[in-house]
Amino acid sequence: MTNLLIFPLIIPLITAALMLVFWRWRFAQHLLSIIGALGILASAIILLFTVYHHGIQVLQIGTWPAPFGLTMVADLFSSIMLVMTGLMGLAVIIYSLASIDPQRRKYGYYPLINILLMGVSGAFLTGDIFNLYVWFEVMLIASFVLLALGGEQKQILGAIKYVTLNLLSSALFLAGVGLLYATIGTLNMADLAVKIQMVEQIHFINALSMLFLVAFGIKAAMFPLFFWLPASYHTPPVPVSAIFAALLTKVGVYALIRVFTLIFIQETTFTHTIILILAGFTMVTGVLGAVAQIDFRRLLSFHIISQIGYLLMGLGLMTVQGLAGSVIFMIHVILSKSALFLISGISNRLYGTFDLKKLGGLYQSFPILALLFMVPALSLAGIPPLSGFFAKFALITAGLALEQYYIVGTALTVSILTLYSMMKIWNEAFWKPLPKPTIQLNQDEGLSILRRNSLLIAPIAILALLIVILGIFAEPIYTLALEAAKQLFDTSGYIQAVLGDSS
Amino acid sequence: MEIILAILVGILYAAGLYMVMRRSIIKLIIGLVLLGHAANLLIFLSGGLIRAIPPIVPEGEIVPPIPVADPLPQAMILTAIVIGFGVVAFTVVLIHRTYQTIGSDDIDLVGETEQ
Repeated sequence: MTNLLIFPLIIPLITAALMLVFWRWRFAQHLLSIIGALGILASAIILLFTVYHHGIQVLQIGTWPAPFGLTMVADLFSSIMLVMTGLMGLAVIIYSLASIDPQRRKYGYYPLINILLMGVSGAFLTGDIFNLYVWFEVMLIASFVLLALGGEQKQILGAIKYVTLNLLSSALFLAGVGLLYATIGTLNMADLAVKIQMVEQIHFINALSMLFLVAFGIKAAMFPLFFWLPASYHTPPVPVSAIFAALLTKVGVYALIRVFTLIFIQETTFTHTIILILAGFTMVTGVLGAVAQIDFRRLLSFHIISQIGYLLMGLGLMTVQGLAGSVIFMIHVILSKSALFLISGISNRLYGTFDLKKLGGLYQSFPILALLFMVPALSLAGIPPLSGFFAKFALITAGLALEQYYIVGTALTVSILTLYSMMKIWNEAFWKPLPKPTIQLNQDEGLSILRRNSLLIAPIAILALLIVILGIFAEPIYTLALEAAKQLFDTSGYIQAVLGDSS
Repeated sequence: MEIILAILVGILYAAGLYMVMRRSIIKLIIGLVLLGHAANLLIFLSGGLIRAIPPIVPEGEIVPPIPVADPLPQAMILTAIVIGFGVVAFTVVLIHRTYQTIGSDDIDLVGETEQ
């Protein structure tokens, strides 16, 4: 009923197409990518306002009525995710302007980023489960190429693992879609939600839901399916790592939240209990892996996994408060994680290494960088008044309300370990004096690197500012997340918006 | 007929998983291709195997005369095959680059050279 939904998809597509026309013009590529990212962000923010004031927005592509045609749906949760996509796209593209080498740019780095953003936006907007598969593939193919682009040895070896596991997950997802269609005879998610209630073989539906859990679980890097992530995320250039860390696993979590709040809700004592248990294990293994690492980016990669556990915890609790916790945690973790990855890139730029043992003295030489690190790091650990505190607070109150003390205890313990591992980075990279064997960098020289590359600092500063703002204005953000969670929990609004009043 | 195809899907899955777990990278790709085929056949089966006419609505009517074949699984498979083709093409180039990098077909070396 509104064409607003098409803009987050068509803007990156047009941007990428135009870039292919201006293949060799560096300036045009840079300008277009900034305009494109601003376009996604602007259209996403307009969409969020529209959804907030006028309810769930639906677009029937080609005006075919709902269960027959292709449906695009934007509820509050997907609009929030789209805003985050636009924001991350903008931050990472600004950072890329100063940090991507000419070689990668010449082989299509910027068009690929735009295709990736299109795939991610499509996955957030689609209301059709097979179409979700297609958007996953758009996103995956762009990410495969981005991961391998440049062809360094470690990149190729990381890409092998990433590609294999993701293809395996796609094959499982496809099989799940096939079986779902065989059982219910529709692919529209709202229609599925209605018709799945009539299926009598509840155990078959449960088995099917587990197939989806595994398929999306691989993409979301859930325990015990996360091994591809720490093996590949530290290999590509920093902006690529950052956008992967910010968005790709979150698309997996989004898909899990979507199907397990809309479609597979018959026997939540079975399905959601499994999700809750896996969430706990995901938190613990992720953070334990992180504590053991000495590579800046590998440590952060393990942290992604641990945070996925928190996101799944809200889903596993399956209450409005729990889902609201997941939504607000999603906003928080996307901001903090990408900021930390971008900072690891700056320290690498200054000292030429990601090895925490060889880094040091960053606090003494570059206090501003240290401040910018502290904000997302403390936020990730959940120190008030930053965004992470309120996100964790929401999840933990939701857990306590249900008397799920095991998961609450796990979440709190993992928080402390998160703080410990962030302090480890702080001690190694920022606090201790620079070890002798590293090439001693002149402080003025370093400052001039930073000054010349204000494009590297600017996106981190914006993200850090947003983290602080999110902490200060936690109340309105939580209200928004609560509204989004209500829409997720009470599926009738979604179903009615898609199928019309007839159902 | 459906039973035979169902067994075939099972065999394809088993063969695919077996190949994915071999040490050779070439066999890893073959395994992924087989898994993709298994999923496609599974979708094909999901529409049901019936002898029926194409679902075209005759002029002046609203619904086609039954029985009609379900066109949707075929449309889905077509999409999945095209996507699978592109992905496999990329993967073949990737393993070629891997071979150039580590000079071997052995997946175990991929892990060893990680650090």
